[in-house]
Order: sequence, then structure tokens, then C-alpha cells
Amino acid sequence: MEVLTPRSLGEALRIKAERPDAVPIQGGTDVMVELNFDRARPPALLNLNEVPELRGWSHENGMLRLGSGLTYTEAMALSERLRALAEASRTVGGPQIRNRGTIGGNLGTASPAGDALPPLLVYGAEVELAGPNGSRRLPLQEFLVGPKRNALAEDELIVAVYVRPLGSRQTFMKVGPRNAMVIAVVSLAMCVDEERNEIRVSFGSAGPVAGVVTAPLDEADDLPQRVAEAASPIDDVRGTARYRRHALQVLTSRALVRCLT
Amino acid sequence: MSTTARRLELGRVGETTRRVDAIPKVTGEFAYASDLFAAGMLWGHTVRSPHAHARIVEIDISQALAMAGVHGVLTHTDVPGAKTYGLEFADQPVLAIDRVRYFGEPVALVAAEHPEQARRAAERIQVEYEPLEPVVDPERATEQEPLHEENPTAGHGFRDDQRPNVLRSIAIRHGDPDAEGEVSVSGVYELGMQDQAFLGPESGLAVPDGEGGVDIYVATQWLHVDRDQVAPCLGLEKEQVRIHLSGVGGAFGGREDLSMQVHGALLALHTSRPVKMVYSREESFVGHVHRHPAKIWMEHRATKAGRLVNVRAQILLDGGAYASSSAAVTSNAACFAVGPYSVDNALIECTCVYSNNPPCGAMRGFGAVQSCFAHEAQMDKLATALGIDPVELRLLNALAPGDTLPTGQKVSGSFPAAEVIRRAAELPVPEAEELPRDPIRLPGGAGNTTHGQGVKRGVGFAVGFKNVCYSEGFDDACAARVRLWKGADDELVGEVHCAGAEVGQGVTNVILQVARTELGTENVALAPGSTADVESSGSASASRLTWMAAGAVRLACRDALAEFEAGRSAVDVQRTYHHPRTAPLDPETGQVKGDRVHVAYMCAAMRVVVEVDVELGLTRVVWIGTAQDVGKALNPQAVHGQIEGGTAQGLGLALMEEIQTRDGLITNASFTDYLIPTTLDMPPVEAELIEEEEPDAPYGVKGVGEPPTVVSTAAVVSALRDATGSELARVPVRPDELAGL
Ligand SMILES: Cc1cc2nc3c(=O)[nH]c(=O)nc-3n(C[C@H](O)[C@H](O)[C@H](O)COP(=O)(O)OP(=O)(O)OC[C@H]3O[C@@H](n4cnc5c(N)ncnc54)[C@H](O)[C@@H]3O)c2cc1C
Repeated sequence: MEVLTPRSLGEALRIKAERPDAVPIQGGTDVMVELNFDRARPPALLNLNEVPELRGWSHENGMLRLGSGLTYTEAMALSERLRALAEASRTVGGPQIRNRGTIGGNLGTASPAGDALPPLLVYGAEVELAGPNGSRRLPLQEFLVGPKRNALAEDELIVAVYVRPLGSRQTFMKVGPRNAMVIAVVSLAMCVDEERNEIRVSFGSAGPVAGVVTAPLDEADDLPQRVAEAASPIDDVRGTARYRRHALQVLTSRALVRCLT
Repeated sequence: MSTTARRLELGRVGETTRRVDAIPKVTGEFAYASDLFAAGMLWGHTVRSPHAHARIVEIDISQALAMAGVHGVLTHTDVPGAKTYGLEFADQPVLAIDRVRYFGEPVALVAAEHPEQARRAAERIQVEYEPLEPVVDPERATEQEPLHEENPTAGHGFRDDQRPNVLRSIAIRHGDPDAEGEVSVSGVYELGMQDQAFLGPESGLAVPDGEGGVDIYVATQWLHVDRDQVAPCLGLEKEQVRIHLSGVGGAFGGREDLSMQVHGALLALHTSRPVKMVYSREESFVGHVHRHPAKIWMEHRATKAGRLVNVRAQILLDGGAYASSSAAVTSNAACFAVGPYSVDNALIECTCVYSNNPPCGAMRGFGAVQSCFAHEAQMDKLATALGIDPVELRLLNALAPGDTLPTGQKVSGSFPAAEVIRRAAELPVPEAEELPRDPIRLPGGAGNTTHGQGVKRGVGFAVGFKNVCYSEGFDDACAARVRLWKGADDELVGEVHCAGAEVGQGVTNVILQVARTELGTENVALAPGSTADVESSGSASASRLTWMAAGAVRLACRDALAEFEAGRSAVDVQRTYHHPRTAPLDPETGQVKGDRVHVAYMCAAMRVVVEVDVELGLTRVVWIGTAQDVGKALNPQAVHGQIEGGTAQGLGLALMEEIQTRDGLITNASFTDYLIPTTLDMPPVEAELIEEEEPDAPYGVKGVGEPPTVVSTAAVVSALRDATGSELARVPVRPDELAGL
């Protein structure tokens, strides 16, 4: 297997255009599992770890730009600005996974259980994708097209995620049968968008893609009910549909207390 | 590893010594069996059944054989000797013959230059199966088609039970089984299938010796019983098969049965090359036996004052496809069904069935875990029904030396159950931490699910007991060999050989501590464990190895020293230590046919504090305090380590650990979905060691590995019941049940 290591975004995009079969790898916490379990044998890996444009975060026109290579450990340090994302990042794996795993990788995988997704969805995040013909921006909700499927074209890379800072009335919660290192049985992010006078909720692991429910700020009372109804959970080895629906209702009630009082 | 640099007073029996493998394991330098390497070695791979039950119509290996790098493909026709093997009953095919009886059963083997070539070739072996209806409900198994044409366990002195698929059934009738009490409580309890979940997957290296024999380096629990099973399958004399202990990454009973031993040796002898095999994590989940799932019906009858009058129990165990050590587990589940309490009357029936579920066998606690979960739930129920404090109720009925067990065995030697209960109950329970606090210190932990909402505190208590050493007439003796000679400065130098498997429990330290104590020198080393130069030690099982190895090493050291002091310049002494003899149970009455059915008993009591988020059904175990009857702590730090680890394993069964199956197929064979406790799930454990010497054992020791596992599942669930008020009759307890769904 070839490992291609570009040193700039331009070079990365050139390689990706020439070698659409090269699989991007950032933290490798999903990709390496696929390789080690012999589920995938791509002809080449496109190692994005040396691309400076993908790293870190910055302010841009009143928005926060999160590089697709932003690790969970780095995101945890953003709790002043993006509390829900920071709280979600704290729930991911163990310290080693949080040091390696990235937000861009979570988008790339697009699992219904991806923990970065609900916070980014309630922020109304936009994803920047770049290809040989320039870049485009897509609302995250449109980017996530199905379970483990996203809108990325084969010659494109995920460059960054843009979010509007929304203040501190936001939170994230994740339910699992043990107290750390679990895949979400259900998860929930909530944030208050004062500008739009809106509460937004997003839930994971309770449908084919993370779902979004919104309500005007003064009509939040039936949100727990609405979230539970919006979910389409299933029974699997991690939990029952009934429990998932119930837990979403409890989480939404608690999140409302956190965000509104 | 040299131990000579340490001062002698630090290394004797009864003192804490640092584990010789501690630093290498922490720094990653310890060589596990999966790290083995030999020049020119090939990689072996096992082709396994995707069905829980099927007839094999045809196996076509031609495509696989023709692939690059492949040196051999073997099926049952290539097994030169006995086609089946087993720990107690040879009912398990080395490679499936005409039928597979469980998901993951080995069907064929491949050896290739590279592990990936072996895997690819394995995919090209075409096995045509004709799926059969699987037997998966143990309650129905005794009415379905037998899975074995002839019952493998028939004719071994067990109760004559003609129902199909009965692996073993036991009835213990004690006193008047119809005796009535003034109060009665009953319940039905269930336990899911737990896995040992050791981190080091099954691995080993088989090296042909060029003379028709083979050396097998492997992570195992009992070298000699491996050899005794491997040699007949290879059609070799025992001496031609030498088993050498390799680095073991955890065992907990899961390495008592063979895994890759015969397979690796077959491939090595076939290819005349060393062959290494390492199971993947997923394969490991089908590559060893599990803890028996159980369903237990229990009724306790008592006086109003709280004295037990009669205990009636029916225990159903699912043994899975092959016998493994199920017969002994069945006996244990029955023998310990009442708990460490004295009762004049009992009727205990225990049945273990064959099924097409994953095979079950030995796991830490060995039948006593299942019973303890039931009898302790019953004791709590009885306490509530009588309005008596649960600790008082247990003290009132605590078993003591001189009392008679349901098997008719009189408790002799050390058995300080009441003291253990009292000391555990006296441990001060910590105050609830104040709110607000870091959510990591609340139920849900890192998931940030509550800031205190829905959280209720509960305190639970449980007592459990189990035997040490093998039982029912089995003489699991232990040998040790000691060589002494004069070193450089005319100083005494010693070398100990003992095949007792270091599985992480710390037996290496114990052996060296005994040798130093007896020989009065630090110049003593332990040779690597091997069948080549010492007799059997028996298994690293049944909490027995400290007792047995200490007995053997002490005996050999004393005799060697005597010879040495008589003027011999070099001595080489091998001695075998036997524990007191036990006797079998009468197959019809379950009464012991001699003095004792078990050698001795160990007991533990545990108090647990939990916080439960009763709306989400999530738990934080806050604190655990325990008192354990250890006889004598030969290495106190290691004893505490065993108590913590054993407790974690029982906590895991209480809260999360379960092999899930659908129609016999395992659906969560990974550490993503088979969850074991993390450090956030495991509280600090305060442990009191109750040292009352066991008169029949060297230095007064008992075992320590199993009692914490036996008692902790019951104790954790007792606390969960206190917090939620729910019955919680099944483990692992699911969040659904805690949330009252
Ligand atoms: C032990 C363990 C625990 C875990 N726990 C959690 C958890 O609690 N919550 C959770 O959500 N996830 C968890 N994961 C999954 C994983 O860590 C996350 O999905 C993580 O965000 C992946 O990021 P990465 O940088 O490692 O991605 P990689 O593995 O490098 O890539 C993931 C996918 O994204 C693609 N990709 C990566 N970067 C780009 C890019 N710039 N452009 C286009 N495509 C790209 C890759 O090709 C691949 O398909 C866990 C994984 C492990 C191994």
C-alpha cells in the first residue's frame, strides 16, 4: 500500500484529483480499524497530517473556522466558545483516541453515532469541501446524506467546518452503558440561538443520520416529546428502540434546564 | 529476571514483594505469546463455522492449496491420532468431522508464509454446509434432538438422567426437603453469558523437533493437561510433545481448554516449519469457553426469627456444544447454592444442558457466581419480608466450623464467615459527595448526562463462598523440583522448577518467596515452566495454585536442603504435594461419599455504594468495601490486586458484560460492543484481609482469586435494588430495567 504525504492543501488536492482511489487519513482512528480488520485494502492512503491548512482553528468574518484536522483534545479547549462541541469531544473514546481523532474524520465517516455531529448540527455548521475546481460550502445537514454516507465527491477533501459563535447556552450529553469509552446509545446536543430566537436540538444514534429539531424559544415545552417522536431508533446490541426514545426525552428535558435557566 | 539483588527480609513468605513482571508489563517489554517468533516460521489460520448447527456436506481445499505462499491446508482427515479431545470428556473434534455444533467451531487449517496469505487462503476453502435447526433455548434443550449421538458424559458416575442433551444433572437432598417455614420468599434469577475478556488473544508457536515430536510455546493455564490432550491427537507419545509456558495475557479460566495447541502442532508437523497462530479479537470470542448463562429458581423458607429452615433451588446452566469443564461447574453451582449459611433442609437440583450456543466452561468463580447472585438476592428479600437488617440476617445464619453443608460435608478447618461479615459491615461507608460536581463523578460519567437530576443512592451487601482446589475425588497434585549447588563463594544457589502457570496472578513471586524462606537465601531462581523437566503442577484454576505450589516448593526445598546439608555438593529433588483427599457425591442423593467433597472453603463479604440515575438507568459505583477470608496473605499487595481485579470482573457482570447471541451466533464479538469496566466504572476498593490460618494448607494459606468475583456481582446488584426499588432479577442489569422501562 502506498502512503502519499502532501505538504500543502494544493498538493493534497492535486494528488486526490490524480488518485481518487487514495483514501484520506487524518487521525486514522476509523481508517486503521478498517485496515486492521481487513475490511478495506485501498491501493493508497492520502496522509493529511502534514497539511497545515487543515490544522487548528481561527476566526474568519465573525465565524469560527475549524480545520478538518482539529483533534478532539484541541476541541475540548474551546469550551468557552463551543461548549457543546467541547463536551462532545470529552466523551469520545479515551485520551489516545482524542489526541488522534479529528472532527474532519468524524464527518468523513458520517456515522449516525458520530459525536461531533450533533453539536455541529445545532450550530448550523457549514462544511467546506475543496476539489480540483475550487471549493464549495454545504450546510452540514445536506452533507450528511445517509448512514456512513456523505456528499463528498471522490476528488474532494473536507477542508474545514464553519460555525457561528452562539454564546454559552448549549450542551451535549451522551448515554452509554458504561461511564467512558462507549459508542453512543443515544446522544443529544442543544443550543439556544438568541439571534433567531430559536432552540435547536440534534440527536445521534437514533436514526440513519443525526436528526435535527428546532423550536421557537418560547415554545420549548413540548420539545422532549417532539425529539422523541422525531427519532427513528432501532433495537440493536447496544440498546432497545424503546429505551432510546425514552432517554432522548429525558436528555431533552435536562438540556432545557441547562440551557434555559 | 534476576531476583538476587533484593534483601532477603523483603522476599519471604507473608511480605509484600513487587511482582517480577510488573515493570516489563508496564513498560511494554514483557513478551506475550503473541510476540513469539522463530526463524522461518509460517502463520496458521483457522477456518471456522459460520453456523451454530449444520451438517458438513463437503470441504474443497484445492483452490486454497494452490495459492501463493500456502504450505498446507488441513481438515479432519489429516488428524493422525484421536479425532476428539476435551478437558474431562473427549467430545470435541480437533477439526469438525461431519457436523458443526457451534458458531466458530474449527473446520480447517491453513499455514502460509504471511498471516494475510493464510487468511486469504482460508476464504477460498469451500465448505458446503447444510444448516440444521439449532438448539438454543436451554429450557427446551432436554426435549429436542440430542446434539451428540452418544452422551459423552454418560457412564462417568453421574446421576442417570435420560433426558436428551443433559450434560450433567445433580440433586442434593439434605434433611427433609419438604420442611415448611413460617415465612417463605422466592424468585427466578438469570445471568447472561460472561466472557473472560482477557486482553492477550490465544496465541502460540509450534516448533517441530526434527524427530517427529513438537515443542509448543503457548499461553495456557495447565501445561501438562494440554500435553495429555495434544499428544493423542497427534498420534505421539507424551514425551514427544513438550509444552512451554509463554507470556500469558490474562486467563480467568478461558485458557483451561485447548485453543491453538493441536492445530499449530498439526501444521508444524505437516510443513516441517515452525508455525505461529494468533487469534484476532473477534476470533478470540469464539476461541474460548465462557461463563455459563444460568436461570435459577429459588425458594427460602425461614422462621419468623430469621433462621433458615429450608432452601429449595433449581439451577439450569447452558453448557453449549461441548462438555469442557461443565460437569464440575454444575457440581459447584449446586454445592454453593445456599451460600455460606447453615440450613438443616435443602433440595437443590442443578442441570447443565448441551446446546448450540457458544461452549461454556471455566471462568473465575466457576458456578459459585451464578448461585451467589441468586442466594444473596433471596437473603435480601427474606430480610425485607422479616423486617430484619440484612447483615443481621446473614450473621444469624452464618456457616461455621462444625456445621453441616447440604452435601453432608462437615465444615472443618478455618471458616470465619461471621467474622468476615462483621468486618465488612463495619467498614465506614463514605458520605455522599456534594453537588454540583464534575459530571465525571456522577452516573453517566464522561457522557455528561446529569448534574444530579434523577440520582439516587443505594447501599448493598452480599456474602459469598467457594471451594479452593479441585473436588469430588480429583487429586490435582502439584510437583516441584529443586536443584541446589554451591556457587562462587561456596554460597548456596538454588533453582526451582514448577509448571504452575503464571497467568498474571503472581504465582512466580509466591514460588520465589517460598523458596527464599525455606532455603534462607536469595540466590534462587525459577526456571521457565515446561513439561520437559518437571511433573504436573495442576491448573492455575480454582484459586488453588498458591496453596499447591507453596506446598510443593516447600516440600522440595526442605528435602533438598536436608540432602544438601548432609554433605552432597549438588542435589536435584522432585517432590509432589497432595491436598487432603476429597470424595465424590452420591449420584442420587448428592451426599458426599466420604469426609469432604471440597478441600476447603473461602468466604468474602462486600458492601457496595452506588448512585443510580433512575431516569436514564445509568450507574456509578461509588465505593466498595470488602472483607475476605484469605487464610494467610503470602504476598499482601498481590492479594489486594486479586481482590480489586476480581471485584471489577464481578462488577462487569452486574452492569455490562454479556455475550449476546442470536440463534447461537455471537453478535457482539468485539470490545466495541462487549463492554468491560473502565477505571471510571470501577471505584476504589477497601479490602480487609481476614487471616485465619487454614490448618491443612502450607503456611495456612487459602486461595484469593475467586471470592471477590463470586460476591461482587451480587453485592453491586443489591445496591442497585436499594437505589431503585426494582427487583433486578437478571444480570447484567440493563439501563432499561434501572429506568423502570
Ligand atoms: C477506540 C475508539 C473509540 C472511538 N470512540 C468514538 C466516540 O466515542 N465517538 C465518536 O464519534 N467516534 C469514536 N471513534 C471513531 C473515530 O475516532 C472518530 O470517528 C474520529 O472522528 C475519526 O477521526 P480520524 O481523524 O481518526 O479519522 P480517519 O480515520 O483518519 O478518517 C475517517 C474517515 O474520514 C475520511 N477523511 C478523513 N479526513 C478527511 C478529509 N480531510 N477529507 C475527506 N475525507 C477525510 C477518511 O478517508 C475516512 O473515511 C472511536 C474510534 C476508536 C478506534
